[in-house]
Amino acid sequence: MATTTTTRAGKNRSKSLAAKLSDETLHAWMRDLLLIREFELRTMAAYQQAKIGGFCHVYNGQEACALGTIRSVNDDDPVITAYRDHGHALARGMDPKFCMAEMFGKTTGCAKGKGGSMHMFDKPNHLYGGHGIVSAQTPVGTGLAFATRYEWEVLKKGVEGGKASKKVCLCYLGDGALNQGALHEAMNLAGLFDIPVIYIVENNGYSMGTEIGRGTTMAHDLGRKAAAYGIEYLEFDGMDVMDVYDNMKPFVDVLREEQRAGFVNLKTYRYQGHSMSDPQKYRGKDEVLTYQERDPVVSLSEYLLHERESLTDEDYKAMQKEVKAQVKEAVKFAEQSPEPDPAEELYSDVYVNREKNLSTMGEYVQGAANVLTGEGRKK
Amino acid sequence: MTTTLPNPTDTLPSRTGERVIQFREALREAMSHEMREDERIFLIGEEVAQYNGAYKISEGMLAEFGEKRIIDSPISENGFAGMAIGAAMYGLRPIVEFMSWSFSLVAADQILNNAPKMLYMSGGQWGCPIVFRGNDGAGGQLGSTHSWCVEALFSNVPGLKMAIPSNPYDAKGLLATAIRDPDPVFFLESERMLGDKAHVPEEQYAIPFGLAHRVREGDACTLISFGRPVHFCMEAAEELAQEGIDVDLLDMRTIRPLDIDSVIESIQKTGRIVIVDQSWPFAGIASEVIAQVCERCFDWLDHPPVRVNTEDVPTPYSKVLEQAYLPNADKIVKAVRAAVGEG
Repeated sequence: MATTTTTRAGKNRSKSLAAKLSDETLHAWMRDLLLIREFELRTMAAYQQAKIGGFCHVYNGQEACALGTIRSVNDDDPVITAYRDHGHALARGMDPKFCMAEMFGKTTGCAKGKGGSMHMFDKPNHLYGGHGIVSAQTPVGTGLAFATRYEWEVLKKGVEGGKASKKVCLCYLGDGALNQGALHEAMNLAGLFDIPVIYIVENNGYSMGTEIGRGTTMAHDLGRKAAAYGIEYLEFDGMDVMDVYDNMKPFVDVLREEQRAGFVNLKTYRYQGHSMSDPQKYRGKDEVLTYQERDPVVSLSEYLLHERESLTDEDYKAMQKEVKAQVKEAVKFAEQSPEPDPAEELYSDVYVNREKNLSTMGEYVQGAANVLTGEGRKK
Repeated sequence: MTTTLPNPTDTLPSRTGERVIQFREALREAMSHEMREDERIFLIGEEVAQYNGAYKISEGMLAEFGEKRIIDSPISENGFAGMAIGAAMYGLRPIVEFMSWSFSLVAADQILNNAPKMLYMSGGQWGCPIVFRGNDGAGGQLGSTHSWCVEALFSNVPGLKMAIPSNPYDAKGLLATAIRDPDPVFFLESERMLGDKAHVPEEQYAIPFGLAHRVREGDACTLISFGRPVHFCMEAAEELAQEGIDVDLLDMRTIRPLDIDSVIESIQKTGRIVIVDQSWPFAGIASEVIAQVCERCFDWLDHPPVRVNTEDVPTPYSKVLEQAYLPNADKIVKAVRAAVGEG
């Protein structure tokens, strides 16, 4: 291990919590960042080949946000996000095969091809979606956190048995969601009832084509909004995963212990357009390049290769190769997976308790087993 | 834990007896009984706790269950409906009280986009076991914004269930089922009926969804309704009986599922049908019933189906205009007479 704690970018890592983590952990983070980046590159290619339909929003540039925050919580803390959700799904541990297959609309997708790019759900990994309506996930995330508190406070045991413990819910939103009423109602409830939800604004500066200042009051001081609801506030740069972890981890720990709400203004940048169909006339190429100089993938790799010297060039190249192969395999899996059979899947997963006469079109049916949970009709 | 769903073959306690209570008390009994059995259930809404309920439905529940389970929400329907949806996904069993279904419109995104579609969108991973309940319909001179009948609007959405009781006995039994059901249930009450009194058994019972209740037997004309207009139908049936017209009156009790089988069975006896629906006529529940009747038993009809809806205008304030706007016994009598060819 290297003795110096300053990266080439001049970053002092002497007090970094992340720097104190094991090589194994940080190398796993490196792999995760590469995976999300490679996954999105393949997603864009597949979209351009019309293998993916609908609206599709990629995560390039923002990778450190999902990874650094999700690595700051426990595996069983609930997580919920908006529609730019592939990165969160992968960071939470979803197999890229099932994420890609979902976008291809296949039965092997995490939502059996019924949700698509904007609706990544992963029950075993406690990811409660992928939500398409801007800010609709913020009251729901508040409710997830409310339920975790209810679990230890009222039930005094886990909702499905076992021990109850203090949890936090990570509830992600884009800066565009700052202007939706749903968020403000949610924040008021969270502040009022001391609900352990942490709203994480992935502030990439644009809601679609509208620069934040054109749509949000006090955009330069979002802390004022959190303060209005009595919610703890934190803002920091989201381009470096170690920075994200360093800021996020202590914040999470305090809010978990004290069971209160938090609001994080995570400053980040998306390299691509809002969605795949965005001509990006609202910003210059120079602006994109400025952020790319602080690329999250490069940032961590430089630290591991040149400062910490825990990762060799050969190991890093092998890691990149392995990730490329994994994502290639995910695309192949998605391509080769079967299309859903309308006769079996159109009318499934509508009701849990499928009574007679719920529809004039006929009876609802039980769907095929979900690839993540194994729950559903057995073959 | 009483999470057992009722079967259509279950024997239910008698509808007749001496234990007369109000509609609102029947609702309270259903909630309280289920809450005693299952700690996952909580009630949230405006004024449900300290105020004892805007309409006194939850009176005394705060004292019994405490503030962690009977929760006063600020006036933010979209916020607390969405919050309850998250809690339901996590595994709790929320009951959300809307002071009026009219106010649920500001929560439309949550209750229509999230609750009923979560199971489908997540590929079967997460359902949403939740009850939304509150006052539906006009009748108190509240004007157009506070007099919504949401049944036609909301029952259009697949993934939800809808119950509309007309009397205290059914209110208790249907609400118990709604709370136990693993799917989102929209439970429509009426401010105008909360004080109605009838025998309600003390024991907890659950009425299966999708089973109409035959209020009155007859062979001249099938007359169906749900919720408050069932009472107008009963009034009309009395009057018609004096003219020698005996209607077969069915109270549908749930709209989704809809007991179309009982409707068809009745038509096979009467050859005629009148539907009384307190929502607007265009794309309403009555139009849906008529469509299904025509699809499934057209040949049994001796007369085109007749519907009685509220008039096709916003709800007026004036008492006179409001009376003219709503379905009533007189309109129903005329409709039945027309259907049996005596109009």
